[in-house]
Amino acid sequence: MQVPAPVEYERALSVDDAIERLTRLGPEARLVAGGHSLLPMMKLRLARPECLIDINGLADLSFIRRDGNVLRIGAMTRHSELLASQVISEVAKIIPDAEAVIADPIVRNRGTVGGSMCQADPAEDLSAVFAALDAMVEIRGPRGTRVVSVNGFHTGPYSTVVEPDEILTEVSFVTQKNLGSAYEKVERRVGDWAIAAAGAVIALQDGKIQRVGIGLAAVGAPDFRASRAEAYLLGKDATPDLFDEAARMASAECNPNSDQRGPSAYKRHLVEVLTRRALDGALSNSKGKAN
Amino acid sequence: MTTTENQANPIGFGRMLRKEDARFLRGKGNYVDDLNLPGMLHGAVLRSPYAHARIKSIDISAAQAHPKVKAVITGEILETLNLAWIPSLSHDVVAVLATDKVRFQGQEVAFVVAEDRYSARDALELIEVDYEVLPPVVDAKKALDKDAPVIRDDIAGKVDNFIFDWESGDKAATDEVFANAAIVVNQDMLYPRVHPAPMETCGAVAYMDPIDQKLTIYSTTQAPHAHRTLYALVAGLPEHKLRVVSPDIGGGFGNKVGIYPGYVLAIVGSILTKRPVKWMEDRSENLMSTSFARDYHMKGSIAASADGKILGLRVDVLADHGAFNNTAQPTKFPAGFFHVFTGSYDLMAAHCSVRGVYTNKAPGGVAYACSFRVTEAVYLVERMVDRLAQELKMDPAELRMKNLLRPEQFPYTSPTGWEYDSGEYPRALRLAMDIAGYEELRKEQAQKRAKGELMGIGISFFTETVGAGPKRHMDILGLGMADGCEVRVHPTGKAVVRLSVQSQGQGHETTFAQIVSEVTGIPPEDIDVVHGDTDNTPFGLGTYGSRSTPVSGAAAAIAARRVVDKARIVASAMLECAPEDLEWEKGRFNIKGDKSVGKTMAEIALGAHGTVELPEGVEGHLNAECVYDPPNLTYPFGAYICVVDVDPATAKVSVRRFIAVDDCGPRINPMIVEGQVHGGLADGVGMALMEVIAFDEDGNNLGASFMDYLIPTSLECPSWETGATVTPSPHHPLGLKGVGESATVGSPPAVVNAVIDALAPYGVKHADMPLTPAQVWQAMQGAPYRTDLAIQ
Repeated sequence: MQVPAPVEYERALSVDDAIERLTRLGPEARLVAGGHSLLPMMKLRLARPECLIDINGLADLSFIRRDGNVLRIGAMTRHSELLASQVISEVAKIIPDAEAVIADPIVRNRGTVGGSMCQADPAEDLSAVFAALDAMVEIRGPRGTRVVSVNGFHTGPYSTVVEPDEILTEVSFVTQKNLGSAYEKVERRVGDWAIAAAGAVIALQDGKIQRVGIGLAAVGAPDFRASRAEAYLLGKDATPDLFDEAARMASAECNPNSDQRGPSAYKRHLVEVLTRRALDGALSNSKGKAN
Repeated sequence: MTTTENQANPIGFGRMLRKEDARFLRGKGNYVDDLNLPGMLHGAVLRSPYAHARIKSIDISAAQAHPKVKAVITGEILETLNLAWIPSLSHDVVAVLATDKVRFQGQEVAFVVAEDRYSARDALELIEVDYEVLPPVVDAKKALDKDAPVIRDDIAGKVDNFIFDWESGDKAATDEVFANAAIVVNQDMLYPRVHPAPMETCGAVAYMDPIDQKLTIYSTTQAPHAHRTLYALVAGLPEHKLRVVSPDIGGGFGNKVGIYPGYVLAIVGSILTKRPVKWMEDRSENLMSTSFARDYHMKGSIAASADGKILGLRVDVLADHGAFNNTAQPTKFPAGFFHVFTGSYDLMAAHCSVRGVYTNKAPGGVAYACSFRVTEAVYLVERMVDRLAQELKMDPAELRMKNLLRPEQFPYTSPTGWEYDSGEYPRALRLAMDIAGYEELRKEQAQKRAKGELMGIGISFFTETVGAGPKRHMDILGLGMADGCEVRVHPTGKAVVRLSVQSQGQGHETTFAQIVSEVTGIPPEDIDVVHGDTDNTPFGLGTYGSRSTPVSGAAAAIAARRVVDKARIVASAMLECAPEDLEWEKGRFNIKGDKSVGKTMAEIALGAHGTVELPEGVEGHLNAECVYDPPNLTYPFGAYICVVDVDPATAKVSVRRFIAVDDCGPRINPMIVEGQVHGGLADGVGMALMEVIAFDEDGNNLGASFMDYLIPTSLECPSWETGATVTPSPHHPLGLKGVGESATVGSPPAVVNAVIDALAPYGVKHADMPLTPAQVWQAMQGAPYRTDLAIQ
């Protein structure tokens, strides 16, 4: 049995209370949400927080809410809740596509949106999903509330702009009626992190690509996205040749490492295949909505 | 199979639910980690972070000062007890705690005993070890290079990493066959290092009673009697003061055959503290330090005539044994039964050579459902036959049919000296092809190929070699591989069966009751099976190599027959007739020709314990025992067919179908047989597609957690399609052959053959396991990589 180092435990009563405790306890305190990343790391003693502040009681952070043309997801929303949500699957198919292949039901029942984003694993599927959706992240702390773009949210592997005394409270993105999306992932085995994954979001106006996002996971893409490929697609006719070229660009602009999931050349190849498939899937999803 | 097909309570053989599941399914099993003895302390092992390093000093003073620590043990302390090194199972020694050097990442360096598990773990961090890091030997192919670091400088005069050379077969005859053959195909292949990964990791609770000096060891062992004797021999402890108990065990697969340093440390900890000590390893410790399996680099060659008659086979093996030679196999067999590698085919000559080397990796190579390396042997021959089919442009089923041993050739003596007991091979292959719809599948494949889709069909035909083994050939550290059984019928006709073998989930409590039931007619539910406790069972070597049914099962059958023989005498006394005037009808003796007059086993049992006057010289009661020395091994076999689809763009493999026809002789309980086959097939899919322990250039273990060492889930497994043929063993009292490892042995080549078949349009001839998406893609690019090293 792997056992963690000695640790204190407190339970936050509200978001303000969590922030107050973080402020009081300092940077050696860590928030625990689903705990499916933090607790295994503690058991391996790779993480040794002095105190855990449990935010599982903060029910007001668990929501999926339409707010005009903005969809808001509370930080404590569980993966399984995203996967089961009718609203989410109507608005952004990319989310259930990804959630269906995130870890396993046990992790999804407990793991949260905020936890996944703050853990900031380089292979985190939701990071690629929210990159493709151009999402905004709400962060609260002793200095108030700020809303930042997912672009620039990650400052490196396992590292984000959320300060030690802050708490991520919400992820939101702009929806539109004809927004199509899809997510494609290749893994060695169900439940494993991606070898490579790609998500795409697309909306057409008068046949031209009016909105596009391409998210990439596990392949070292800056901000988890293929921004050059996105720029290339914007405003053009959605043709197979165009998608082919965008997929090649995405493959060129990511920066995968070789590891036991595969050599970097294979991962680059996958990015091209999966980007292409995601763009096709997103376009088809969008056309289904337009009809 | 649905449970509705199960008989509620068959007499003897038949499909019935497992008796032990009542407790397992309710979470009421009693495993080593469930034990909590009064005053029990907890141990934790400090392990080496390096693959190869000299220990300059160890400072345990801070750990000793921890308020909850009761003892800190180092190699230096063990040396004073003469326990720093213990004999391995293969004429080598193994370090319990490192004294001079650490030789693999995860090796045991120190042991802390504390009042609770958390404190023991905390105190490990207070131990300061000063290491001088040495260059490691990671690549087995470089282990014998002139400039390779010498790992085993503890062995006097050792100047290289060589362990042994061993060969079998007729080299000259084989060379001649190859020289004259129309076709010779060569193929190098690696059966990579994998791990048994049982659900329950290894552990022990040891208690040396300070008053009566009796040492009780509850441990995760597949061989409690062998362990007891080895503890007695190694530590000089009196064997009658030793009791080894193997309680419920959560999977073994060979992982729990050997004696691990942790068991010895729990014992030493208890002797030093005079209290019970529990040691239970965690998942990473299990994956990093306990017995691996395989790690055979094989150079195979097959010779054939132009029309596809296989003539000869040879293989040269480089065997990576890790830092200590600790493989568990019969003494005279340093490569296990690998030399049964000619498989199921009729050929003229064969030769194999095996060279064992040391590397800076965990020792072991015990088993993992391998029947003493029959797994490697079957993989080699089944891949070579497929390679030959590829070169001949011949259907692999047709090639196999042409070369399989024919029923009239049994008993068959193989070119390397094995005597196969019985077999009807073509019938099994034909049945598997019929279940699969083989010819239709080939048509579908042709249509798919025309559209650029990748579909593969893989066949494997295996002959297993189990039930080790005859004492004249086989022993482990001098202990003969015979097994015992005692059957005792109580006065009311219920019975208890005591076994020397031990169950790790195979269902012995059901199947051994069924064996005794088959012979005596006593219902299985009236028969209690006792196993796993050396104080309460007869001596024997334990459960591995699929040996329980062929060896102990035979002992149980013979002991039960002796009970029936005695019951006949008792019945004759009760019925006042001559024993030969009685007729046996399962469960009762009747007067010949008159079924209305007779005695049931229950009546006879009461008579045997009662006042019936027995003939002169016949003792009362109804008990018998047997020690069974098998006259030969048994040779179960099977024909497997796997169908895969490969995504040409992502290179991901999906196993669409798997057809498994097994012949293990008569089936004691078909449901349990099917369950064992299902498990073995999943194992095979895992090894073929995802399981591997690779090492990076520093000797870091790259498969040290279930995030990195992938085992298959139900989603990677198709719905298994099983079939059976029945060819009894002529020498087992009930014709039984054993089945535990058949599917693990037989399935990996079927999956690999299927994937390689799917990739034929790309000209792929071979790629080593595991066939992960990356490896398949690399193979499609013409450059499969070495799966035992870090991916570059």
